[in-house]
Order: sequence, then structure tokens, then C-alpha cells
Amino acid sequence: MYTRQFLEQLFRTLYTIRVFETQCIKLYRQGLIIGYFHPYLGEEAIATGVCAALREDDYIVSTHRGHGHCIARGGELKKMAAEVLGRQDGYCRGRGGSMHIADVTKGNIGANGIVGGGIPIGVGAALGISVRGGDQVVAIFFSDGAANNGVFPESLNLAAIWDLPVIFVLENNQYAVSSPIEEMSRIPDLYKRAEGYGVPAGAVDGNDVLAVYEKTKEAVETCRTGKGPVLVEAKTYRHGGHHVNDPGLYMPQDRLEHYKARDPVKLGRKYLLEQGKCSAEEILAVERDIEREMEEAIEFARNSPQPSVREFLEEVGKS
Amino acid sequence: MSTTTVPAMEKTQRQIMYREALNEALREEMLRDDTVFLLGGGIGRRGGSYKVTVNLLDEFGPRRVIDAPISEASFTGTGVGAAITGMRPVVEILFVDFTSLIIDQIVNQAAKYRFMSGGKGRVPMVLRTQGGSGNGLAAQHSQSLEAWFYHVPGLKLVMPATPYDAKGLLKSAVRDDDPVIFIEHKLLYMEKGPVPAGEYAIDLGVGDVKRPGSDVTIVAWSGMVGRALSAAEKLAAQGIDAEVIDPRTLVPLDKQLILDSVRKTEHLVIVQEAVRRGGVASDIASIVQQEAFDYLDAPIEIVAGRNTPIPFNVQLEKAAVPQEPEIVAAVKKCLYVK
Repeated sequence: MYTRQFLEQLFRTLYTIRVFETQCIKLYRQGLIIGYFHPYLGEEAIATGVCAALREDDYIVSTHRGHGHCIARGGELKKMAAEVLGRQDGYCRGRGGSMHIADVTKGNIGANGIVGGGIPIGVGAALGISVRGGDQVVAIFFSDGAANNGVFPESLNLAAIWDLPVIFVLENNQYAVSSPIEEMSRIPDLYKRAEGYGVPAGAVDGNDVLAVYEKTKEAVETCRTGKGPVLVEAKTYRHGGHHVNDPGLYMPQDRLEHYKARDPVKLGRKYLLEQGKCSAEEILAVERDIEREMEEAIEFARNSPQPSVREFLEEVGKS
Repeated sequence: MSTTTVPAMEKTQRQIMYREALNEALREEMLRDDTVFLLGGGIGRRGGSYKVTVNLLDEFGPRRVIDAPISEASFTGTGVGAAITGMRPVVEILFVDFTSLIIDQIVNQAAKYRFMSGGKGRVPMVLRTQGGSGNGLAAQHSQSLEAWFYHVPGLKLVMPATPYDAKGLLKSAVRDDDPVIFIEHKLLYMEKGPVPAGEYAIDLGVGDVKRPGSDVTIVAWSGMVGRALSAAEKLAAQGIDAEVIDPRTLVPLDKQLILDSVRKTEHLVIVQEAVRRGGVASDIASIVQQEAFDYLDAPIEIVAGRNTPIPFNVQLEKAAVPQEPEIVAAVKKCLYVK
């Protein structure tokens, strides 16, 4: 049903995200990365599945937990690593950092340090498409936490009344920072909220890359034919706390084990083995390949110069 | 000095209202550039609370003149997203008081996107709104909140006082690649003034001498320009020749025009409708004392709104913001004239 090439591509993305986050956490522990760093570990299948269903000229809007979205959208590891290290060759020349990587040329409108802040921005990208009369779509990644911010229902309604080509990708990792979803919402199935706005919606296993891909593909078709918006709630679980310095002690161990047993990267590997007829050795080679690429990215980032303070002050002086 | 195209104004006697001038600017920019579109509450069928967008829905259709629900934060953010992806939206917020609802999208998103993306991203969006007191609209519909936006790096801030300036500055604002906060004044919409029929635009960051004079400089913007000019006429009758300077855009600020005037008159009075505390007038005073201290013959006077919410009662409302007699008195104090 799926080609080996396609399954390998999905696995490559899943594994690249995993390696990027794991290696960056090591760099964080070494003091090479500072500030906030929100790993996407455990949620890799969502960005991977969603972005695989998009066209090159479509847009995505990302979140503070955004490295996975950026990688799945074709982000360059070297520029990403350099940015999280705050260096001159990073995506934002060291001015943005982990929470603000954007690459509009690749259709990545950007990550966001404000929970929910990107939702109306994504609707705006879709409104622009509607004014121009194109058939691009916009995938807006946001979380269960953001779903309780006022801009979510507002933006859902705007997209609905203007029939905009938006796929609201609700990444329900079940924690708003440290607050569990059952305590933050009477109805933990957040997709049910969309019905009241006239927006078709459904839930999907957010750890299963193929399930996410299929659901998104359907949503993309709906949006391309002018029948958007659509909401997809992807259920998942973080593999750790809110950010690197949060041990996540509030996360029940049995629940964590349950989701780790359904690790999205392991599932993707299984698909490649069983459906893609790829041998274990071949998969290992793919993994080594990605690990090497990440090593090179880190090397590039470490050797990238610090941004020039003089240049910064000159730029600021002009404005 | 001012680069206002005076010759163009002399050619025409056409007088139109401030709101008509704004309407013309929007219409002309929409005709010139397909990526320009309008978004806001009641701007389409109703034509806007102050009739700035009348007839534009008929001419450009509902795709480019979009009536939005009362979801200010989200439709403003929608403007930000459209701007990032190649459009030039003009978003309208009915009252500057309601910008409290859109602060995240303006301050954390629009203002910072270009910077955070390492200089690659652009947010060519105009946020049109109106402020000021004088219509008995009470505390939540009468504020002067320009200092909020003046304070935030990454935004431009325009506050036109005349129909001519309103049209020329709005056209430049639409063409600008950065987010521009464009604050109109509710008492000015029906004011008439000369506006040439032909194409013109006024560069952001270029102030204007509204009345040349030699004894004292009065800096005022938006609704206070007219009040400063009538105070200047009163003063002229008493033998005091005031120069009235309108910076027109507070960011970027035409510092040079103000400094040149102060170096000539050696006296400065700044008039702002906004409350005194933490206001733009204080910042202008700080710039002038630092850069032209040796030229000043007297302390800088600031005439500003009282530190109070705007009251409803018409007498109290007047007492809360600068009126002509207070401007006259401040000038005399500055000149040590009884």
C-alpha cells in the first residue's frame, strides 16, 4: 500500500527529530544551549505525518515546541542547531533562538513563544490565500494548552465563517505545562469543541505516523476543494516534562510507560520493516546516516561565530 | 524642514473631510496593489463607524473588504499572518481603547517578527484605529494610548491631524514593510481641509510646521494640533509669535525639525491629550533637554491630560484634557509673561 521510499522518508523524519532533540539536550546539559528548550520527544509522528501530506507551497504554523515541525517541513539541521546555540549562521542569526525559528521561504511561518499566539496568524495566511484565490492550505500546530486560550475559539470561528483552507492540528499531549487535561477541560476530547463552530473534526492516534498522515491527507483534500476548515486532534504524550529543566514528576509513571511502549519512532521503524520490506541492517544504516548528519550540524553550529555585537548595535541604531 | 508638497496644495482649492481623505487613500492603494485588503468590524456594509470605508465593499467586493466578528485578538492576528505571507492588510480596530484586546498580536507577534526571524520576515500591516476624547463616550471609548505603542520597538506610529496629512500618511503606511499603528482622532473625521486630487504620499518620519513663528515652539499632534493653532492665534493677538510643529509620526520621530525650531525660539511647550505620566511628551522633553539644553531659556512646559480615566460629564471631560487657555497659559509661563 505504501512504497518503501515513502515509509523510509517518514522514518527518516521521525528519527531526525528524535536525534536532534536528544543531541540538543546533551548540549544543553553541557551548557552550550541556554534558555528554554521544549523537546518534541514522543510527539514526532504528528509533525511527520502532517507535513508528509502537505504540498511544497503550503504553510505551517508552529509552536514553542517547534523543532519537530521545522524538521518535518524540510528545515536544515545546520541552521537549526546554529540557532539553538545562538550563533550567526542560525536561521535567525542568533536573534530568535529555540522558540522563534521561522523560514517563510519553506512555508514555515514560524514557532511562537506565546501559547496560542500562532493560531490567528495561521488563519491569516489562509485568508491571504483566499483573497489571492489560490489552492494552498495552512496547517496550524497548536496544543491542548492553547485550546484554552481565547484566540482558539475565535480563530476557529473566523476560519469557519470565511471557509478558509486551514487544518487545525491539535497536538493533545495532555499537559498544559504541568496541568493535566482532565483538570483543565471537562471534556478531554477537545475535537468535540469544533462541532459547535460547524467545523468537521476527529481524533487520531498521534503516535502513529501513518494514521496521522491519512487523516491529514483527507483534511488537505477537503481544504483544497474549498470545504475547509478541518480540525484534527492528535492524541499523544510527552516523553518528559514541559522543558529540559522540568523533570515532569507530575506525569504518572504507568501512563508514561504506556505511551513509551507506543513510541512513534519505534512504530515508524516497524512500518518500514514490515510494510516497507526494509531489513534491520538497512534501517540501521539510515539511522547512522542521520546521526552523522546531526554530528555535522553540531560541528557546524559550534564553529559558527557568535553574532557581532557591533553589527547588532548598528542595526538597532537605524530603527 | 517640512517636505510637505506645498506647491501641490496651492494648485487646488478642493476641500474634503478627514474621513474622505482616508477613504481616498484606501481606495487608491487598493486600486494600485491587489494585495491590499481591509479587515475589521462593521467596515463593509456599514462603511465603518466613522464612514471611512464607505463604498469600498461595493467597489472591491467581500474578498477585499471583510467584515469580522468581534474577535479583535484573532482578526488582528489574521492580519499579521496575511502580512507575513505576502499581503498588505489594513486592519481596523474601532477604538484605540480596544487595542487592549490585541496587545499580544501587536506587541509579541507583529512588532517582533522581523527581528526574531533574523531580519528575513516582514509584517507589512497597517492597524487603523481612532482615539481621543470630546464626544462624551466616557472612560472606555475616549483614551489616548499612543504611548503604549511608542514604547514597543518594531512598530511605527502615525497620528495625522489634517485631511492632507491623513491621506498622504495612510498611503505611505500601506506601502511600508513594517507594522504601522495609525491612530486617527474621533473629533477630526468631519474636519475639512485642502487635499489635492492628484497622487501624493507623505514620508513617515517627516514632521510639519503648521504655523511658523519665532518666540516659542509648540509641539502637538493629532487632536491637539488644532487646539495649539487656535492658542497660537490668541497669543499672536498678545504679541507672541508661536511656531506650531506637528511631528505627524511619533515613530519615527522628526527629532531634527523639533530641535531646529527650539534652537530658533529657545522655548518649548509640548501638548498631548494623553495622560502626563509615562507619555510621549516626556520623552520629547527628554530628547530636547539632552540635545538642545544650551538653547533653552526656560524649563520645557508640558500640557497634558490629567492622570485620570476620561469622565462622562461634558464639563469634567473637558477638564481632563488640555484646552486652549491652558496652552496659552503654559506658553506665557515659559516666556515669563504675565
